[in-house]
Amino acid sequence: MAEPRNIVRVSKVTKTFQLGKVEVHALQGVDLEIAAGDYISIMGPSGSGKSTLFNMIGGLDKPTSGRVFIDEVDIAQLDAYELAWLRCRKIGYIFQTFNIIQVMTALENVTLPMIFAGMNNDAAVAKGIQLLELVGLGDRFRHKPSELSGGQQQRVAVARALANDPAIVLADEPTGNLDLTTGEEIIELLKELSQERGVTVISATHDFKMLNVSDQVVWIRDGRIEKIENREELSISVGQIGVRE
Amino acid sequence: MKDKQIPARATKGSDSVDRLVVLPFKKSVEISLKSIQVRFFRSLITTMSLVLAVSFLSFVSVSTDVANGLLSTQEPGLRQALIRSGYDVRPEDTTLGSTPKQRWIVILSLLVCVVGIVNAQLMSVTERFREIGTMKCLGALDRFILRLFLLEAGMEGLGGACVGAMAGALFSLINALFSFGTAAVTTLSWTDIALSTVSAIGVGFLLSLLGVMYPAIVAARMQPVEAMRIEQ
Repeated sequence: MAEPRNIVRVSKVTKTFQLGKVEVHALQGVDLEIAAGDYISIMGPSGSGKSTLFNMIGGLDKPTSGRVFIDEVDIAQLDAYELAWLRCRKIGYIFQTFNIIQVMTALENVTLPMIFAGMNNDAAVAKGIQLLELVGLGDRFRHKPSELSGGQQQRVAVARALANDPAIVLADEPTGNLDLTTGEEIIELLKELSQERGVTVISATHDFKMLNVSDQVVWIRDGRIEKIENREELSISVGQIGVRE
Repeated sequence: MKDKQIPARATKGSDSVDRLVVLPFKKSVEISLKSIQVRFFRSLITTMSLVLAVSFLSFVSVSTDVANGLLSTQEPGLRQALIRSGYDVRPEDTTLGSTPKQRWIVILSLLVCVVGIVNAQLMSVTERFREIGTMKCLGALDRFILRLFLLEAGMEGLGGACVGAMAGALFSLINALFSFGTAAVTTLSWTDIALSTVSAIGVGFLLSLLGVMYPAIVAARMQPVEAMRIEQ
């Protein structure tokens, strides 16, 4: 394999929110490099700035100072059109609340990003069915989200995130609204996809199940990176915490 | 803007598809039609005020057409009947226009209807924050969202205005039949009726678009992060 390149580079990023008269420093100088093809978990308690960092990487929010590079492109330099292009082609999003568009069937949800990307309808439908089969919903593509369980909806979301073969899949607490077993299935699915397709998976979580499959874990506390652990060091620390074997 | 290319620095990777973000018109119509179907009851309520206002407009103008038809016969009996049923017919008049009072009431009703549409559409935008945000995360541009809302309102407006105009015209004709007998139908000019109905439909359609303008812009301008922050 070629030398791993950094798909995401975050450099001295700070973010300040104005909450009434109080300034909230959600991020206070974060540096982070993420190699292409890795499976990264961002861990941290609520309010640690985890989601803010996450939104930056996803190009949903712009930093107050510092730079965020995705594929060596500074996202602060992009206009609305280019950002939309980035969201459409480079990044696939998976949300805690699934965010499947309720009025569309599973298949239509998966094909929508491909339509935005300019793919013609037949090709998009063919690929959509293929993706739904990949996530194990091959027989359910005509179903409405309301006819699917939470786990199945999240699978649809995974298929949708992969629609345009993105370089990065961002998963914001993907297991947060799922029970233990279903959550594990989704994590397993994400891991498989990351290995098979070389997609960089970045997930924000406070679910310790996610740690076992991560190549790297980034711990965040009070708007700063506390530590970055690789897989090898990880098993020890998980042992120490004493959560599961 | 549409043909704008992403600079080369941003175009590593898949080149098999165009470097554009698009939503074909046919697909937008499909999505907005489906959206109306799924939320049929909701759309019905949004359209209701429009239906009522347009039917009132069409009722007033068709009634004037009927009165003109009766007047054009030059029969004193029919003229008396018109005066008895409340029309201000002066002896020298050969045609009737709508009175200023009527015009005011119609304009007021249309105004109320637009406010009603703005209100209903703003609520529907709020209800669909998450959906809009999701679409934006998937790469939708502001103008896709704008187009979807305009198309939806256009279709609702056209449908509602048709129903309203037909109902108003029909009601006016039935009313005339009761007041003036068959003379009302035999003397009137059907082209005038058609013209009144069509113009009422046109007004309704335009008002619907006018009413959705502000809500649609609110929806289109929304940042995806804000949409995601809102709890369902």
